[in-house]
Amino acid sequence: MKKVFALFLAVLLVAMAGCAQMATQGQTGTDGSNSTAGNDSEEVTINVYNWGQYIAEGDEGAMDVIAEFEATYPNIHVNYTTYDSNETMYSKLKTGGISVDVIIPSDYMIARLIDEDMLLPLDFDNIPNYQYIDEAYKNTAYDPDNVYSIPYTWGTVGIIYNTKYVDAADVGGWELLWNEKYAGKILMFGNSRDAFGIAQYLLGYDVNTTDDAELQACADKLIEQRPLVQQYVMDEIFDLMENEEAWIAPYYAGDYLLMADENPDLAFYHPSQGFNFFIDAMCIPSCAQNKEAAETFINFLCDPEIAGGNMDWIGYGTPESAAKEYMDPDMVNSEIAYPPQEVLGKGTTFLFLPQETNQRMEELWLQVKTN
Amino acid sequence: MQKNKPKVPPVRTGGSFFLTAPYLVWMVIFILIPLGVVVFYALTDPATGLFSLDNLGKVFTGAFPKVFGRSIWYALLAALICLVIGYPVAYYIAHRKPAVQRFLYMLVMLPMCMSFLLRTLAWVGLLRDTGIINQFLGLFGIGPLPLIRTTGAVILGMVYNYLPYMILPLYSIILKIDPLLIEAAEDLGCNSRHVFTKVVLPLSLPGILSGLTMVFVPAVSTFYISQKLGSTGTTMIGDVVESQFKSANNPNLGAALSLVLMIMIFICVGLMNRFVGKDHREDVVV
Amino acid sequence: MKRLNRIYTIIIFLFLYLPMVVLIVASFNTGKDITDFEGFTFHRYIELFQDDKLLPLLGNSLEIALLSSLIATIMGTAAAIGIHRMRPRLRSAILTVTNIPMTNPDIVTGVSLSLLFVFIGALLRNNTILGFWTLLIAHVTFNLPYVILSVMPKLTQMDPALHEAALDLGCTPFQAFRKVTIHEIMPGIVSGAIMAFTMSLDDFVISYFVYGPSYVTLPVEIYNYTKKPLQPKIYALFTLLFAMILIMMVLMNFFQAKAEKKRNLQHAVRKV
Repeated sequence: MKKVFALFLAVLLVAMAGCAQMATQGQTGTDGSNSTAGNDSEEVTINVYNWGQYIAEGDEGAMDVIAEFEATYPNIHVNYTTYDSNETMYSKLKTGGISVDVIIPSDYMIARLIDEDMLLPLDFDNIPNYQYIDEAYKNTAYDPDNVYSIPYTWGTVGIIYNTKYVDAADVGGWELLWNEKYAGKILMFGNSRDAFGIAQYLLGYDVNTTDDAELQACADKLIEQRPLVQQYVMDEIFDLMENEEAWIAPYYAGDYLLMADENPDLAFYHPSQGFNFFIDAMCIPSCAQNKEAAETFINFLCDPEIAGGNMDWIGYGTPESAAKEYMDPDMVNSEIAYPPQEVLGKGTTFLFLPQETNQRMEELWLQVKTN
Repeated sequence: MQKNKPKVPPVRTGGSFFLTAPYLVWMVIFILIPLGVVVFYALTDPATGLFSLDNLGKVFTGAFPKVFGRSIWYALLAALICLVIGYPVAYYIAHRKPAVQRFLYMLVMLPMCMSFLLRTLAWVGLLRDTGIINQFLGLFGIGPLPLIRTTGAVILGMVYNYLPYMILPLYSIILKIDPLLIEAAEDLGCNSRHVFTKVVLPLSLPGILSGLTMVFVPAVSTFYISQKLGSTGTTMIGDVVESQFKSANNPNLGAALSLVLMIMIFICVGLMNRFVGKDHREDVVV
Repeated sequence: MKRLNRIYTIIIFLFLYLPMVVLIVASFNTGKDITDFEGFTFHRYIELFQDDKLLPLLGNSLEIALLSSLIATIMGTAAAIGIHRMRPRLRSAILTVTNIPMTNPDIVTGVSLSLLFVFIGALLRNNTILGFWTLLIAHVTFNLPYVILSVMPKLTQMDPALHEAALDLGCTPFQAFRKVTIHEIMPGIVSGAIMAFTMSLDDFVISYFVYGPSYVTLPVEIYNYTKKPLQPKIYALFTLLFAMILIMMVLMNFFQAKAEKKRNLQHAVRKV
């Protein structure tokens, strides 16, 4: 009697195991592929760890970059995972226990990773497409000798707001995020560096300050803002702004373009006090196991045609003028993706901060969130 | 409650040792040693790697005591609400015909097997300002009411997610109550209220305790429900622990917070068990 | 009073199922948003089956749930029998340790295991330690107490005379064990295994701390999905899983009822 039941259960489990097997067959065993190179004969899997919403994945007729890559290099399988901030990515790498082959952090984070010996120098022989990168994005402050990184995109931070609910008179600077009229409808960055950056612009401090009193003042400013803030978020901003659950949010300009496709009432501006100008670049962390295949992947992303198709969807600025040929002219002419020089001039970059400052900022940030 | 406890269990120490050994080894390696590692991290300075009480000290300063207090308060409230709304359901199920019982039991268990992330997300869709409930109320010209991002929403999310953990142990224990006892009480002149308070309720105490623990423990340490349904003012201790490991890269502070959280829960659960004088958890299995 | 209680129970069940209904309805929605039903479509299901990421992850989840519940059931049942035969003091000491992972919040279990694994990884200079094996170990660890705690009561309820009777009737101890003990505690083993399987299938918190990019389970990926603009195909996946589990449970219910009927019949025959 109970045996019948047990037998039935066993059959069910075996059937499910069969399904599981079939389903996993598509995925090649990644544990065993410890080989160092993407030899022609050998199959390798590279782990690519990127920001969310940061590669064209074939949505709405866009290019599917990873599928194209795997079609071009059938021996290399891409295992793609995402993070939502530089700090999340850093924590994950620092914790250890995982191997990642390609990451795409922002400038200040690259400098930090270089400082902590967490990146491998690239072999540029495997990345001939580096020639297409514009001179303006070479010899940067974070990687002065062009050893560890190859620019993927550049962009700016600004405020996205819904014109249906937000008075045109209130628009202009960062103080919109402190406007009590919109209490509960304001979103704020869910990572420390971007959030402190906004307070620093508003208070007129240097965004790369290491002064404890200034950081404390920024934290106070953010604590003052907290009752007005709906949530501290990152990519959740897309949904919340598109369905008008929130009306005001600071975010990256390129992502605004994606949101505006869904909700035409959304508008964007670069705040008058200044804003963050950033470069995100591709790097290979020191825990990588398939460096050569990773370089193949990076090279592929630098191909002007691929980069063009990719940027068309992402909406961020491309560091390759050659790629613009392959892009939708509307995108190339967008003043939000490619702001005119007089706007861009107000952008400042986040630089490498010493360890104590990073720690202090995280501590204060935790206070802001829990106070 | 327990019908036939063998007075003297058959003692065959040799065989029982070999049967239990793999389990014991497993538990030592993957339960006790990891807890030791947590203690180690909690007592280590993140920058220097030396022994330090700073992390533990921080737990008791700043906003943390408030966050701990808030987490306990929310979880307690959720557990009590679960008990109040879950008890009649468990009672109802336990007094059906066996076939109906089995069906209803299944209906209670089913939500536990479905992704709690997506079910919580569905609540976001229901509760938010532009959500389903507010749209519905809007038809009558009401609202939008501030439903989401309130303390109430967080507690609702907890009650919703953990209610089955309350109903199932209650059901198993109510089922074991001998109907003859109730009849006897009735014969002795108890009215139905007295039967409930003097007989049924005391006998279901182990189930109540088990249910309260099973709701309280996951509720006090949750980090998803408060993020999705709460506001910037409902941060719970689970959120902080998660952020220390996943984005702030301070596993030492995270470990210290986990350690305090763990000790706190053991104290709470210990107190609840002490309350009945004996550990009955062995009897109640969902 | 009884009617009131019935209405009340129905209301609570509506409360439990309302969000799931919302998700199921959303899976047939042409629009992207969960709150606005714009039109009926099966397109989300087509999208789901074209997706080459989500379904393999479901496979991963099933694989981990199956293996971990199987290992936990074998190890846990053996342990329960062993513990049952121990001296009371030793028994209660071991049961206290068994209770630790039950009383410990998931997040602490996850954190402690991840710290251990990473530590071991650093010792072995292995930077791919997080993945299939760490997930499996973690799942077995949190499944074990469920199995033990559902087998133990069956052992306590079992009449020790049964085992002795079998021995008297000429069974070897092993035969007695196989024919009597296992038979008597089977319901406990089965419910422990089912419990372990479902807990493992839906576990997010612990997996979130011990997974690696080489092996991701469905709940972890769903968490990543909920951090990004949500893709409605995930609702289709939810609906399919719901249907699958519902069918499984109904079937189990059916077989259980049948088995019970048979047992009652046997009892009746015995009485005659």
